[in-house]
Amino acid sequence: MSNVEAHTVAYVRDTMIAQQSPPLAESGAIRWLRSNLFSGWLNSVLTVVSLLAIFLAVKAIAPWLLNAVWNAGSLAECRAILDGATGACFAVIRDRWHQLLFGFYPPQFYWRPVLALVLLFVAIAPVLFTGLPRKMLIFSALYPFIGYHLIWGGSAWFPVSVLLGFVAGVAAYVILRNLNGLVAIFGAIMAPFAWWFLAAGPFDAAMSAAIPLGLDFVRSDRIGGFLIALIVGVTAIALSLPVGIILALGRQSDMLFLKTICVVFIEFIRGVPLITLLFSASLLLNYFLPPGTTFDLILRVIIMVTLFASAYMAEVIRGGLAALPKGQYEAADALGLDYWKAQRLIIMPQALKISIPGIVNTFIGLFKDTTLLVFIAILEPLALANAIRADTNWNGIYWELFIFIGALFFIFCFGMSRYSMYLEQKLKTDHR
Amino acid sequence: MKKNVLFGTFAASMLVAGIAQAQSTLEQVMARGELVCGSNTGQAGFGAPDANGVWQGFDVGFCRALAAAIFNDPNAVSFVPLTSQTRFSALASGEVDVLARNTTWTFVRDVDLNLTFVGTNYYDGQGFMVPRELGVSSARELDGATVCIETGTTTELNLADYFRVNGMSYEPVPVDTAAEAQQQYLAGACDVYTTDVSALASSRAAFAEPDAHLILPEVVSKEPLGPVVRHGDDNWADIVQWTLFALIAAEELGITSANVEELKTGSNNPEVGRILGTDGGFGAMLGLDDDWAARAIAAVGNYGELFAATIGDQTPIGLARGLNAQWTQGGLLYAPPFR
Repeated sequence: MSNVEAHTVAYVRDTMIAQQSPPLAESGAIRWLRSNLFSGWLNSVLTVVSLLAIFLAVKAIAPWLLNAVWNAGSLAECRAILDGATGACFAVIRDRWHQLLFGFYPPQFYWRPVLALVLLFVAIAPVLFTGLPRKMLIFSALYPFIGYHLIWGGSAWFPVSVLLGFVAGVAAYVILRNLNGLVAIFGAIMAPFAWWFLAAGPFDAAMSAAIPLGLDFVRSDRIGGFLIALIVGVTAIALSLPVGIILALGRQSDMLFLKTICVVFIEFIRGVPLITLLFSASLLLNYFLPPGTTFDLILRVIIMVTLFASAYMAEVIRGGLAALPKGQYEAADALGLDYWKAQRLIIMPQALKISIPGIVNTFIGLFKDTTLLVFIAILEPLALANAIRADTNWNGIYWELFIFIGALFFIFCFGMSRYSMYLEQKLKTDHR
Repeated sequence: MKKNVLFGTFAASMLVAGIAQAQSTLEQVMARGELVCGSNTGQAGFGAPDANGVWQGFDVGFCRALAAAIFNDPNAVSFVPLTSQTRFSALASGEVDVLARNTTWTFVRDVDLNLTFVGTNYYDGQGFMVPRELGVSSARELDGATVCIETGTTTELNLADYFRVNGMSYEPVPVDTAAEAQQQYLAGACDVYTTDVSALASSRAAFAEPDAHLILPEVVSKEPLGPVVRHGDDNWADIVQWTLFALIAAEELGITSANVEELKTGSNNPEVGRILGTDGGFGAMLGLDDDWAARAIAAVGNYGELFAATIGDQTPIGLARGLNAQWTQGGLLYAPPFR
């Protein structure tokens, strides 16, 4: 049987042909170019036009950037050095970078915000990366107080006495838990307030008098530049997520009163521009406060920005909740989980995972929105750009400052965006 | 104080933040230990923080004089940068004690906004700047021009008025800030840049080729700029007003920061004695002590010295005294008598 073929077919190859490299036009760079850039006449035209546009842009900007002056005391000096040639005057950044970063923070204390930033990364690391030891979360919980003390300074007993309020709340909960669940929650809420109103002030005063401890106090109006953008941005980001989750749950709640409050809050905040809220924080609030009260402007702004971001966050998370199949809720019920357990173990992990792009989107938007503080005359980077231009040495400088500020914001926003992609990748459980 | 308020905030209660007290502005300033002065977010020569974050400028100098008059410390003042949108609300809400920020004295602001303009520390007016190569030498020749104009300011209205009165047309190029206006103007987006003459001068000084640009001789509006306080506290208004007058009168009478100590020991001009507090007890009438004006003058100099140090012709801003000369020199500065 086997030699039938040998008789009917003249030649049969009995060895494999050695592998050959593909034709030149179908391999390497040429193939890539053909398939990606010149795969049809329309794409070819678009490629050529884009290349031309890039070339023209580079041609216009490159000499300006490459011929930059980094060492000069004023714009006039820059111009003298350039001697008529086009060139950027980045000397202004060299001269004023510390102001764009820290505002008018006392230079001898620059280490404090820098340390606060480094510790911030330590504090958020365990939140962002689950591989790290869980004990680090204790430091994360303490970080707001450490960060506050590093940046503002003052008596160290002030953040300590605020912290003790939370400790009082936890203690009240633990003590009352055996008595009755509802009473414990009530106690956990009331105890901190009781502490802050009644005991915190005297405690702070007494301890400060007994053991003076702490860094030099830095006034809020000395804080500016990128530091203020980070303070407002990071605080609002950290607070808006939990508040947003609560609002989203409240909006889905069956309890009419709770639901109404949440809906009204969310719709009111979303219906009002952020700038309006900022103006009311900076100006209107003072009409309602007793005369002579100083209520720190940065604090007011943080509260307003947080409220604003929370409303958006609530809607993003509600989107995640709505995307969950009803079966998930029913499954949680079927397992006999109570409301909070069901949320914590089944609903939220899935809803938040779905919402990640939206959440990070809100974060990035919020962070960039801090530049709006320029309108209420907080010295954020854009306001400082104005102030720097008002110096006769640098009057007339324009793009250099904006490029620097833009680069700073880009680093942080790009970082957030990359992290969100990493997280999505990590949490991906479907098999698409 | 601040701490208590912070505690109150953490407890989410504004009701306990403090008990309302009807204090006069002077009492509030005294209790606080510093003056809060509403200042520009940054205008070259008039008010801007320097490389060390210390506020400098002509309007800033006035606030320092006021702080010196009250506290004997020209640095006992904190500056709150205010935009043109927030300035009046900040003053009305008590965020600042006094506004010294290139603010034009107008009827509506004085009467309807419940503000008190205590005087004029700089007489300005709106002018036009054009590139020399445009070949224009008078604002009357600007028919059909494109004009860079800052929106939401009185200059916008003045511009419309001037062109209508003279039967000319123009095309506005709205801009938001002076910096943007400079960019647009230099890029050729408009033929003419119009704003207050003092701002035009400081803009021009910053150009790569200042001589290629011309500020036209016509001044089309009156812009008396001066410090502002709230309605309703006349004693405080008096303090601010007479501090300004003391600086102006000091120049007229030849009192300078250099000779103020010497003149305090004796001067044959009785008015000098009354200003410097050796005679008449005028400080006590204001609720200050008698050295108040001497301290203000010692801190920043008299009006002429302050002008020369911040915006005068020896500075990069390079403004001539013009209308801001003493009345004896053909200007408009005229302090009422100290009597």
